[in-house]
Amino acid sequence: MAPPKTGLWHAYRLRWKRRRFLFRIWRKRNELTVSLDRTTKISSDAILAFATVRNEIVRLPHFLDYYRELGINHFLFVDNGSDDGTAAFLAQQSDVSLWTTTDSYRLSRFGMDWLGWLQWQYGNRHWCLTVDADELLTYPDAENRDLHALTTWLDDQGEASFGALMLDLYPKGSLGSATYQPGDDPTASLNWFDADNYRDQVHPYYHNLWIQGGVRERVFFADEPARAPTLNKTPLVRWSWRYAYVSSTHQILPTRLHDVFDLKGDSKVSGALLHTKFLPIVAAKSAEELTRGQHFQNTALYQDYHRRLTKNPDFWHEGSCRYEGPAQLVELGLMSKGRWV
Amino acid sequence: MSLGVIMLVHTGFDRAEQMVRHWAHAGCPVVVHVDSNVPVATYDAFSQSLADLVNVRFSARHRCEWGTWGLVAASQEAATLLLEDFPEVQHAFLASGTCLPLRPIAELQRYLDAHPDTDFIESATTADVPWTVGGLDRERFTLQFPFAWKKHRRLFDLFVKLQQALGYRRNIPDGIVPHMGSQWWCLTRQTLDAILRDPHRPTYDAYFRKVWIPDESYYQTLTRLHARIVESRSLTLAKFDYQGKPHIFFDDHAELLQRSKSFVARKIWHDAHLLYQTFPLPDDPLRADEEPNSGAVDRVFSQAVERRTLGRPGLYMQSRYPSSDRQTSIAAAPYAVLQGLDDVFPDFSAWLTRQTGAQVHGHLFAKDRAHFADESEVYRGGLSDNARLRDYNGKMFLTNLIWNGRDQHHCFQFGPADTQDIRWTLAKDTNASIWVVSGAWSIPLYDSGRSASEVRTEAARLQRIEDKFLRVLRSPDARARIKIMTLAQFIEAPMDVLQTIIDDIAGHRGNALKEVPKMPDLTGLPDFLQDLKNQGMHPFLTGDITVGNTQQTIPAVRRKPYVISGQ
Repeated sequence: MAPPKTGLWHAYRLRWKRRRFLFRIWRKRNELTVSLDRTTKISSDAILAFATVRNEIVRLPHFLDYYRELGINHFLFVDNGSDDGTAAFLAQQSDVSLWTTTDSYRLSRFGMDWLGWLQWQYGNRHWCLTVDADELLTYPDAENRDLHALTTWLDDQGEASFGALMLDLYPKGSLGSATYQPGDDPTASLNWFDADNYRDQVHPYYHNLWIQGGVRERVFFADEPARAPTLNKTPLVRWSWRYAYVSSTHQILPTRLHDVFDLKGDSKVSGALLHTKFLPIVAAKSAEELTRGQHFQNTALYQDYHRRLTKNPDFWHEGSCRYEGPAQLVELGLMSKGRWV
Repeated sequence: MSLGVIMLVHTGFDRAEQMVRHWAHAGCPVVVHVDSNVPVATYDAFSQSLADLVNVRFSARHRCEWGTWGLVAASQEAATLLLEDFPEVQHAFLASGTCLPLRPIAELQRYLDAHPDTDFIESATTADVPWTVGGLDRERFTLQFPFAWKKHRRLFDLFVKLQQALGYRRNIPDGIVPHMGSQWWCLTRQTLDAILRDPHRPTYDAYFRKVWIPDESYYQTLTRLHARIVESRSLTLAKFDYQGKPHIFFDDHAELLQRSKSFVARKIWHDAHLLYQTFPLPDDPLRADEEPNSGAVDRVFSQAVERRTLGRPGLYMQSRYPSSDRQTSIAAAPYAVLQGLDDVFPDFSAWLTRQTGAQVHGHLFAKDRAHFADESEVYRGGLSDNARLRDYNGKMFLTNLIWNGRDQHHCFQFGPADTQDIRWTLAKDTNASIWVVSGAWSIPLYDSGRSASEVRTEAARLQRIEDKFLRVLRSPDARARIKIMTLAQFIEAPMDVLQTIIDDIAGHRGNALKEVPKMPDLTGLPDFLQDLKNQGMHPFLTGDITVGNTQQTIPAVRRKPYVISGQ
């Protein structure tokens, strides 16, 4: 692996990169059409959630309940051409503002340009959570402490961002065999995960901690580990209009925001994004992805991945861990309390 | 009631109101100071909401920024008002809006009545107590601090360094000895009055105005001039992390707070509804006379902090990635790397498992796949046996394996035929014990029945690779426990070496060898090696193997130590 790029010149280049992203976000602003603007309801201490969705009517009921409970005050959604009633469902929610677009998800850097424009307008000075509909954020003591407790503490510590590991949850048995009804807690049917096959390295260009591994790599990407899904994320950020996510929420500029790890042997506080991709609907979704080709740069590789997902594989093995809650993830070393005692 | 409260409030007004009411209903007069940064409308609403209470006053407002004089000025202002307006007050208690009484206020009152002349204020000389953050203890009294620490950290640090370099020192006013401690105190009327009416107060105020974080030292220092009895501890339970930032108490701390038996705790999280419901606890005559005991809380917090921040070596995750040049141990637990032994003894792994009960893996870094102890495709934690996955980041493969199985001792076989990228990691890890029988790769070659000329290239390759590994192990940077012996040395006395390995792995549980692994017949080996030499390939790593020392050695019986009892 190449040594990390450092120095003033690199910093300067990253600065311009960030400006280019912001310009791109601004240039693509017209792709969004406002459908429901309730942003006047946002109070100054509100925590906001941003998400791009497409045909997520199955997940959204629980998604909204979960994050409301966690302390999200307002949701800002971009609906990318759903045809299953997602938009109508979201419109009924009093704490949701909704934009729609039918433009290309891929060309919008997988939704980051659209969300970037919303964050630029509404996110400034707020704690902003940027997630997908299949990601549920959890963190140490999440049962007792809501996001306001976490963000207040982060403010106190002078931290402006919070890192989380993507944790793929899967059922025991083939993916199609699990049962799920809209509104259910997905961690009830997807309650297994891989505990200890995550590889960390420092990203040579952006200097974030680059984590790969997990069940998707084990099953699908063993022959091309370099291409395996990236699992580190920085989903929660005290936003400024100067910030821009790079690729999903894996990297963010300025880079100090994804410095959510400690190099000295301590550990900072961190959480996990429970990834509920593998609900029974995944086969149908993957079949659709195969025809749309809107996911990820190296589409050929991912085509094979989606093709295999349509066949309802079984991820479970003897050493799989059953999900029990945040305390378990802390104990396993997948997330950490840091100094947040 | 003879207890009066000074409450400093700057945010969380609903909770502050609740707390003011709480103190006031218990009969304590309260003087509230509201930060002058708070907008007038908020202030008015807050003071209106408390207008119905007769024993509550609002003092003139000062700007209270962390670490500045404003906090002291605010408490001076409020204390003066408290002493003037409420002549019955005998003890003044400094609290904030996020302080929550844990025990009934009557119990606190009774406690203070029992100690009428005692000032409860944490107050230690800077010479003796190195608990401050940033190393500024004595110097906070002798340097100038024109820049705000929170907003202009770099300027702050730079200016401190400049003064240190120039040897600048402020003069400390005559008669005072700098003391520091928690800013939450409970002073007697007499002491507080003496501090506020001290004829030298203008001098002291002018001095402390420029001290860094004066609210941690103003009263702490001046109390020493006037107090009759100083009890150097705070009645308020406040925990600070090692950066000097206050811990916040959440609902899940309820039991801990209860155990502390403290009268008051801070900081309480604004939305910790359970805490605000639970505390203060109802009257309990059994507990009424108990002393506060924050020892348990201290222990729990420091243990938790230690475990969570420092106590997880060998873990690499989202928020912990110690760089390798900052640490000596890489993996989470000790493990053994065994090179060459399985070449000498074909069933070595099985034998070692029987002898030690450890997790004995095969060649974890073999070119074809990782040979886990159970030969499974997916090992504990979801670790795959796929060689590409493993080699993509061999170090993390190893640390994952050890972290997830740190309840057991792991051993694995290694050899020159394996992927070698891991060798520096092994050599640098103080948790690794590496045992090498060099040149042992010659045995399988000999066993294969092929002639020396056929295996010559292969032998040369293995020797070259092993030699590189040995050079790594012998480098000054190697920190593992390393034992290297040649094949010749090993077969001279294999049982001694095996016994040492077993003692090392199994610790005191290691027994005398009951069973000896089977060594193949090596009588033809010297000739084979000589043939290699004749081909021009000198197997120098095997050591000098002659016909005489290839005989199967019979294990020496390990005698039990015995004592001759005297007389």
